[in-house]
Amino acid sequence: MAAQALSAADYARKLANNRLGLWLFILSDGFMFAGLLVTRFYLLGEHRPHVDQTVGIIVTAVLLVSSFFMNRAEVMIAHGDRRGFLFATFMTMFLGIVFMAGVVGVEWQLAPFKPDTGADGAVFFMMTGMHAFHVLTGVMFLAVVFINGLRGHYSAERHYAVEACANYWHFVDIVWQFFYPALYLIGTVAGS
Amino acid sequence: MRILSLGFTRGVIAQIIGSALGTALIVAIRAILGMPNNDLRDIEPAAVFGGFVGGIAFMLGVGSMDDWIKWMRGIATPEYHGPDPNKPRWQRYFDVDYDHKVIGVQYGVTSVLLFLLAGTFALIFRTELAAAGMQFLSPDLYNTLMGLHGIVMIAAILTGVGAMSNYLVPLMIGANDMAFPRLNAFAFWVNVPGALLVVSSLFLGGFDTGWTGYPPLSARAPLGMQMFFIGVYLVGLSSILGSLNIIVTVLKMRAPGMTMFRMPIFVWAAFATSLIGLTATQMIGLSFLMVLIQRVFGMGFFDPTKGGNVVLFQHLFWFYSHPAVYVFILPGLGIVSELLPVFARKPLFGYKWIAMSSLAIALVGFFVWAHHMFTAGMEEYLRVPFMYATLLVAVPTGVKFFSWVGTLWQGKIITPTPMLFTLGAIVVFLFGGLTGPPNGTVATDLHLHDTYWIVGHFHNTMFGGFVYPFFAAIYYWFPKITGKRMNETLGKLHFWLMTPSFWAVTWVQMFIGLRGMRRRIADYDPTQGFEPAQLLITIAAFLIALSVLIFLINLVRTMRSSERVTDNVWNSRSPEWQLPSPAPDHNYADRPFVVVGEPYDYGLPGSTYVAMQTGTASARAE
Repeated sequence: MAAQALSAADYARKLANNRLGLWLFILSDGFMFAGLLVTRFYLLGEHRPHVDQTVGIIVTAVLLVSSFFMNRAEVMIAHGDRRGFLFATFMTMFLGIVFMAGVVGVEWQLAPFKPDTGADGAVFFMMTGMHAFHVLTGVMFLAVVFINGLRGHYSAERHYAVEACANYWHFVDIVWQFFYPALYLIGTVAGS
Repeated sequence: MRILSLGFTRGVIAQIIGSALGTALIVAIRAILGMPNNDLRDIEPAAVFGGFVGGIAFMLGVGSMDDWIKWMRGIATPEYHGPDPNKPRWQRYFDVDYDHKVIGVQYGVTSVLLFLLAGTFALIFRTELAAAGMQFLSPDLYNTLMGLHGIVMIAAILTGVGAMSNYLVPLMIGANDMAFPRLNAFAFWVNVPGALLVVSSLFLGGFDTGWTGYPPLSARAPLGMQMFFIGVYLVGLSSILGSLNIIVTVLKMRAPGMTMFRMPIFVWAAFATSLIGLTATQMIGLSFLMVLIQRVFGMGFFDPTKGGNVVLFQHLFWFYSHPAVYVFILPGLGIVSELLPVFARKPLFGYKWIAMSSLAIALVGFFVWAHHMFTAGMEEYLRVPFMYATLLVAVPTGVKFFSWVGTLWQGKIITPTPMLFTLGAIVVFLFGGLTGPPNGTVATDLHLHDTYWIVGHFHNTMFGGFVYPFFAAIYYWFPKITGKRMNETLGKLHFWLMTPSFWAVTWVQMFIGLRGMRRRIADYDPTQGFEPAQLLITIAAFLIALSVLIFLINLVRTMRSSERVTDNVWNSRSPEWQLPSPAPDHNYADRPFVVVGEPYDYGLPGSTYVAMQTGTASARAE
């Protein structure tokens, strides 16, 4: 998906730029998520929202497994295994959608609070909402990679879009590994 | 149809249509769900959605995402597009163009226009303040104008910083363009819908919080508040993406032999600035987004009745907004360090120290934000650590002053207009710096907070750290951009009119501030005896405006003249001056160079900085 017909040297140069650029973007986005974590501990302290533990552990497991498939996809395209790459990309996308359905479709409905009922609701819906938005953009990115993969746009030598998508997906996954304990594990539920 | 061939007009039309459609969609959904759509409060969620849709529509309409959309669809695009040969050359500046020099000029012109707008807002409310009692403004309009003066100035400064970094960094390090030209164009253009949204708040009830947007007031201000938030969000996005681009460019695109410690010193300043812009900007975006969401969905982040806390907003907000002042001043201080050796004809004193002091200011700047909150009722134990961290900033700043004095010492100083503004910057910024520690010290800040003293101090830092260096940069690099030099007489008149007027404004502000004149208020008690001082400030403010008018006349006159100057008009060693003026497309593509010496060895016989491979260039017979 880079510009057309670059020489190997030009491609390597652009690849180095793109890699650094994506890492900087992830650093920047990480500050935003860190701000949300600060918000959670500032407003709720040692309390945590009353959320469903079963749903929480399931969606977390789903997201972790999706990162496994993401990694498979990247390794397979690097080895020129196009079919395996397409399958693993599809699985990542599918598990990403399952995660979103779990958070937005189940957890949001089960929660005993609403966004506007108090600090619990505000923090919980803001954090999961912002994260789900990132998962959504990741799924869209995966869809683009999948379609272009079907068209055969990636080779073992040139597949930066897959790598970028994988790095972004792992980043979104890692963010959740911080959000999950912050929302589900740390502290006590008020009144219990 | 001809008007539609301009990317700019396409973008604005798309933004208007997008905002209208986005708003209409939510209004329709609300109507179907049986929710009221009677007044501005009811349609606020719709207007917010419309604001975001309008911003995206602008970016699509102007064409800044064309290549990315093609890539998404798996279509390859040429590496360089070049300007459309069928369009007149001036039209490049109104279209999406990937050349960093065009983008730099786009940033610069936007910056000057925003300055004029924000300055006009200031003149209007200064006129109101000239006498006690409300003359011609309502208190609400006063508040909106004051808030807009602040935020539009900030947008002007950020675009001015973007102008200098985008135009100069690739030229100075020997790159042919930025690392990500498409991202660069996107980062510029997203400022335009942002600025339009911020100004649109004037017509949607305004906002009465000032530029800081503190809740709880911002949680119940009129609809204009939301347009302000969305606009700032877009301008912040520009800052993040532009910073990312600068960092990658500096780290990856340097010419052979251009080690980090042989770069022109301005590049270090731009690099340090970008580290702040890349990371801290997220926090102002987040804090404003949270107020926006609180208003639309009722989520009580900053609503104490729902378990929220307004001090949290101030922590998030100042985590960006204090480092932001270093975003404003570091490039300006870089310009000062860059120009002094050229006009003192002497090596820059302590190159590495200056480079490291920029980084040090940027890093220490992350740990000082709570000095804005000494009176806000924040956690008391934070006061003293933040006081010491704040005072620590004076150390790297002092390094810069020592270096500047060391550079001037025994130099062969000449004072054309750019040098005048450089020297002016040093003196004005010195006052900005010296009036800072009293605000950073808890005991004195409790007295000084929220007075005109702060206003005077702040305008000293902004004029010394940005406005003077920015004018110096315009006078200095104008021949590089256009091949023409601005008139010296008018330039000196500009300087000698602006400087005393500026001192009159800020000194009088600080003086009456110490005696208890509160800032931000629309009216004041005449028995306090501040009326003559207020009148004096207003007159001086108009004189500053007059001096800027002289600058504009100079700019237009020079553009229209046909007199051209030599390529290296200031006798600089920097690589951009070894190119023809105006600089050619793809900078050094036909004229590669190798760095063979130190950048600032002015006056040392036989030393060279860059060796141009001129043989190849002349052989190609341009």
